[in-house]
Amino acid sequence: MTGATLALRLHIVIVEPYEARARSLIECLQPLGHQVTVIAEAAGLARRVREIAPDIVLIDMANPSRDTLEEMTLASGPLDRPVALFVDRSDADLTRQAIEAGVSAYVIDGLQPQRVAAVMDAAIARFQMFRRMRLELEATRRALEERKLIDRAKGILMKARGIGEDEAYALLRRTAMDQGRKIAEVAAALVTAAGLLS
Amino acid sequence: MTRTALRLGFVPLLDAAPLIVAREMGFAEAQGLDLTLRPAPSWASLRDMALWGQVEAAQMLAPVPVAIAMGLAGPVERLDILQVLSVNGDVLGVSAALEARLRAQGFGFDFADALAARAALAAAVEGPLRIGVPFPFSTHVALVRHWLAQEAPPYSLHTIPPPRMAEALAEGEIDAFCVGEPWGSVAVERGAGALILPGTAIWAAAPEKVLAARPSWVADNPETVAQLMRAVWLAGRWMDDPANRVTVADLLARSEHVNAPPELLDRALRGQMVISSRGEERRVPGMIRFHEGAAPFPWRSQAAWFARQLARDNGLDPNAAMAAAGAICRTDLYRANLRGIGADLPGASSRIEGALEHPTAVASERGTMILPRDAFFDRTIFDPAQPDC
Repeated sequence: MTGATLALRLHIVIVEPYEARARSLIECLQPLGHQVTVIAEAAGLARRVREIAPDIVLIDMANPSRDTLEEMTLASGPLDRPVALFVDRSDADLTRQAIEAGVSAYVIDGLQPQRVAAVMDAAIARFQMFRRMRLELEATRRALEERKLIDRAKGILMKARGIGEDEAYALLRRTAMDQGRKIAEVAAALVTAAGLLS
Repeated sequence: MTRTALRLGFVPLLDAAPLIVAREMGFAEAQGLDLTLRPAPSWASLRDMALWGQVEAAQMLAPVPVAIAMGLAGPVERLDILQVLSVNGDVLGVSAALEARLRAQGFGFDFADALAARAALAAAVEGPLRIGVPFPFSTHVALVRHWLAQEAPPYSLHTIPPPRMAEALAEGEIDAFCVGEPWGSVAVERGAGALILPGTAIWAAAPEKVLAARPSWVADNPETVAQLMRAVWLAGRWMDDPANRVTVADLLARSEHVNAPPELLDRALRGQMVISSRGEERRVPGMIRFHEGAAPFPWRSQAAWFARQLARDNGLDPNAAMAAAGAICRTDLYRANLRGIGADLPGASSRIEGALEHPTAVASERGTMILPRDAFFDRTIFDPAQPDC
């Protein structure tokens, strides 16, 4: 490794409890030539970051341990490397993108902005992907729950009215259309009501 | 009539109650607002959401807008304080090991005498006391620093997210904490330690959370700001009626709000604290207030008190800090927006802090204002006009 590339190499700490996500971030940052360390545990976080003394710390905005890192932006003892909060107005676009993607970063004072920007661009892209995956997962989970509710509602109707499955579903759909509601909402109301009556 | 959409940020804690009640009990709707409540996982994230416009206004630790105004949070736009959301509500607790040593020493856990508690702690600790707090700029830190300014054991502060506080105490990461309810009661329930003082034992009337917003948004949306302030003020008034506090506990306990058992939330709301796993109960007058005693008024002197302490801790000029802190307290908006719905307004926007040993009537527009006891444990008096005393 030449001196020049060594100087460009940054030490990045990722605070991330989920292994798959940590691995994904490593995969996007290591090819840029950086050293990446993952901290998964919330316990002793401030001490560990201080020991590692990285150039950049990346953390999910949804991670409650972010406030622990905030403490370090104030540390100014001789042994503490100052870590600056990434909300500087000098690069408002990048900060806005980072916040929208849900990633926050703590950066050593005096680091060249373009080097930070390159790391942030890569991290932002990954976090946008995580965000999409999280939304999709939530949508899938909701669809599954609705499916279960509709099945239970169908079961209640079939038993109470002595009708077949198709007919029960048609009844739910017709009621939903008449009331301008979703089938899942009608099913939920029926399941709740049946629970109260039984 | 179409309602104005408004996004409000909060951290899931007992004292987010005024915002949650404003929405759930219809106060916001009655003012013509369609409120969306956005929970934040940390104070840093909530501050960034507010600064970068992901929410229009937010619940905020009272010292955070002060620190921002003093330039301690970097080159960001300031946040104005529209009103105070809650007064008091914090508790201080110690680990089970420290509790055992204090008991062996004969400490009575009276949950009231801050001087005695400090002396007992100084005798009981071995090595420096590690104290967990929720955020570097917080009423919690301000109370601890004021309490331990003299004759105290050496100590260090460690930022721990409140939901982790009990675990950090149980695992020996910290020896003590100062945290907002229900997280102190959660630590007691888990057998991680015992409570030694309510925040009120250090300062009887400490502003805890405020409603904060960017001044640029405030200036551009005067009518929405007025609607929001009225809705939150009316919610606070409703909550301070003891008859409504059970409903408050039930509302907050819902998973999308605070996600803690209602019986734990209820302790601080009723001022009836369980302080140890032995089930010892202590009554705390004024444990948390949302309305009574002019609680929502954004006193400039209270922001100045935080500013003076932050200035001293960070080597800044206290006078400049106090002036910057006073300027973000929007007493002008409070007076203009809340006069019409029955708020009594104090004659002055600043007061001498710590001077009241008993509830005291003060000059106000309607002549009905009674300020509660606001004494500090060490009988300090803070006069913003003479900050060096």
